[in-house]
Amino acid sequence: MTTTLVRAARPLGAEPRDLLLRDGLVAEVAPPRTLTAPDGARTVEAEGLVALPGLVDLHTHLREPGREDAETVETGTRAAALGGFTAVHAMANTAPVADTAGVVEQVWRLGREAGWCDVRPVGAVTVGLEGQRLAELGAMADSAAGVRVFSDDGKCVFDAVLMRRALEYVKAFDGVVAQHAQEPRLTEGAQMNEGAVSGVLGLRGWPAVAEEAVIARDVLLAGHVGSRLHVCHLSTAGSVEIVRWAKARGVDVTAEVTPHHLLLTDELVRGYDPVYKVNPPLRTDDDVRALRAGVADGTIDVVATDHAPHPVEDKDCEWSAAAMGMTGLETALSVVVQALVEPGHLDWAGVARVMSQTPARIGRVASQGGALQVGEAANLVLVDPAARWTVDPAAMATKGRNSPFAGRELPARVVATFWEGHPTVLDGALHSPNTGPRPAEAGSTWTR
Amino acid sequence: MRHLLSTADLSHAEAVRVLDVAEQMAATQQREIKKLPTLRGRTVVNLFFEDSTRTRISFETAAKRLSADVITFSAKGSSVSKGESLKDTALTLQAMGADAVVIRHGSSGAPLRLARSGWTSGAVLNAGDGTHEHPTQALLDAFTLRRHLVGGGDAADRVGADLAGRHVVVVGDVLHSRVARSNVHLLHVLGARTTLVAPPTLLPIGVETWPCEVSYDLDAALAGDVQGPVDAVMALRVQLERMDAAYFPSAREYSRRYGIDAARLGLLPPHASLLHPGPMNRGLEITAEAADGARSRIVEQVTNGVAVRMAALYLLLAGEDA
Repeated sequence: MTTTLVRAARPLGAEPRDLLLRDGLVAEVAPPRTLTAPDGARTVEAEGLVALPGLVDLHTHLREPGREDAETVETGTRAAALGGFTAVHAMANTAPVADTAGVVEQVWRLGREAGWCDVRPVGAVTVGLEGQRLAELGAMADSAAGVRVFSDDGKCVFDAVLMRRALEYVKAFDGVVAQHAQEPRLTEGAQMNEGAVSGVLGLRGWPAVAEEAVIARDVLLAGHVGSRLHVCHLSTAGSVEIVRWAKARGVDVTAEVTPHHLLLTDELVRGYDPVYKVNPPLRTDDDVRALRAGVADGTIDVVATDHAPHPVEDKDCEWSAAAMGMTGLETALSVVVQALVEPGHLDWAGVARVMSQTPARIGRVASQGGALQVGEAANLVLVDPAARWTVDPAAMATKGRNSPFAGRELPARVVATFWEGHPTVLDGALHSPNTGPRPAEAGSTWTR
Repeated sequence: MRHLLSTADLSHAEAVRVLDVAEQMAATQQREIKKLPTLRGRTVVNLFFEDSTRTRISFETAAKRLSADVITFSAKGSSVSKGESLKDTALTLQAMGADAVVIRHGSSGAPLRLARSGWTSGAVLNAGDGTHEHPTQALLDAFTLRRHLVGGGDAADRVGADLAGRHVVVVGDVLHSRVARSNVHLLHVLGARTTLVAPPTLLPIGVETWPCEVSYDLDAALAGDVQGPVDAVMALRVQLERMDAAYFPSAREYSRRYGIDAARLGLLPPHASLLHPGPMNRGLEITAEAADGARSRIVEQVTNGVAVRMAALYLLLAGEDA
């Protein structure tokens, strides 16, 4: 195993420290320039860089198996490493759907073989994402993949009885249902946020109420049966209010928001460029403000990418024929800095909370989401907060070229990523996969 | 003008210019030899992804009267029905040297996408996209209105004129109507007032931000109780399928509340005109008596459509400010 001395980085934005990473663990933390590198150790000069616990994405589409033309576990996790992630939760809407122990173990194994980060498969709630009967949730939980997050993402678990049963059933293994909140009848054929812009553009509207009504039902259900609920990609001001209300009542609910919903609005749809077509749709300025405030006050617990790569031909067409989704792994941290850190909604400790610690806790990923303390697994990312860079989708590791931030200048850049002490990224470029012995078995009870 | 995609892109001067050129084109159509040499050697492609015999024939006629070579490409029976993309179709036409592409497409925004994508270097003319816009329809409506509402019947009186101070009521399925959207923008640019009338289910969210008034009461609007006396009423086509999606309870109830009949036309001042973009559902949004009555300009709209489309093609391909 490699040993690395990180010199004078600022852990979670605080005063500089030297960090010694050895045998996959944070071995020593000391005042800056007081530690010396052991023989054969790598030294990383980190003056001016912020050190964060490795980022944990609760919502990633790796597309494998089935749509390897859009993304593979290999390319998706390379993108994750470049974005500062040391764990991603791979959504279940693959082909075949990740609704059996066999498929989730396959994805988990592909992640281990790739070696760029921890791949935590998400299990489907219902067989084939069809919303008819429960998938074998327990089998997926007991598999080598150790699934704890279950979601029909892309589709809503709309049947109230099925949702109730799923919420109850996963309590047996400390699982959580992550709901894609979308009332299906209100969104038939929907193309974009329903509002002033959709009216002018003549595109079928996607009303906020279609999201909010399902969230309202689900928080009440979760409260009734005493289960924990996670709400995927909040996109409206009303959703933030409902979650805030539910938390005040003591419901065990967590909520996420995507980077793109924190920065972009439906005004961008005016050019009919399908790179801005996404589910849930881009909303209005008022929604963006409410979502940012929701993260700032803790109503929204995590930022998750909803990284959704698509092949070029699925976006290089007219709006209504295009696929929904945007890439996000390689831009997430920078967008969070622009949307939340620069305006003062979050400090670096807050970034660590919403992009690493809380998502790890929700996904029950014991070895991730630490605080860079001695004895923890050495999962960390070094960020240059002063850097600015221009987004170029062609230069990304993901196969997807569908970044809505193409051509934008964004702040902050990932300089290095360490997964279990191994540098997956150095000097802002991929270094090498982690294929050595592992202190932490994904899905095991190994704790820091 | 580089393209004609939306009436919202037209300035007052550009809109009036199209109407003025259309007057000149209309004058040539009174002659025995109707064909002009203006676009000889230029190629106009009619790219129709949706069935529309009327609009397609109107554009074909307009281009032929200007001596352009016309290629008509209908989706049915072509490679498009075999799954060829808009992009590949456009690249094929580009390779064949299209100077202008007239596009009708079921997807809102497809013409804009075509114009901005670089898939074709020709001028793009929107002949109706989804539920977005149908700019030449609005221009021919404005042309028809100007002929009846401005001056004493002499073309010279109308040149340079707009529709300032005039009031048009548009009634019907505004939500799904590209004609309504194009008309609201254009009538506003030309200085007219517009009142949209529809059941609330057939009005888009956000319509209050449009430059017009909105009413649910057709009789009140026609009687002048919403925005004053009415100079013209335009009935929009209502598709019966909307009934199945619960936009309104029955055809009978729709006709009763929002249909144009002789009694309702009687609420209008004597000079007021009746327009309809066609094709009509006689007995649903308009009665035969109204459609065929003295106020009806519906057949004239079709004639004017050719002149307006000639003007649009001329300005895009040969206009001095093209």
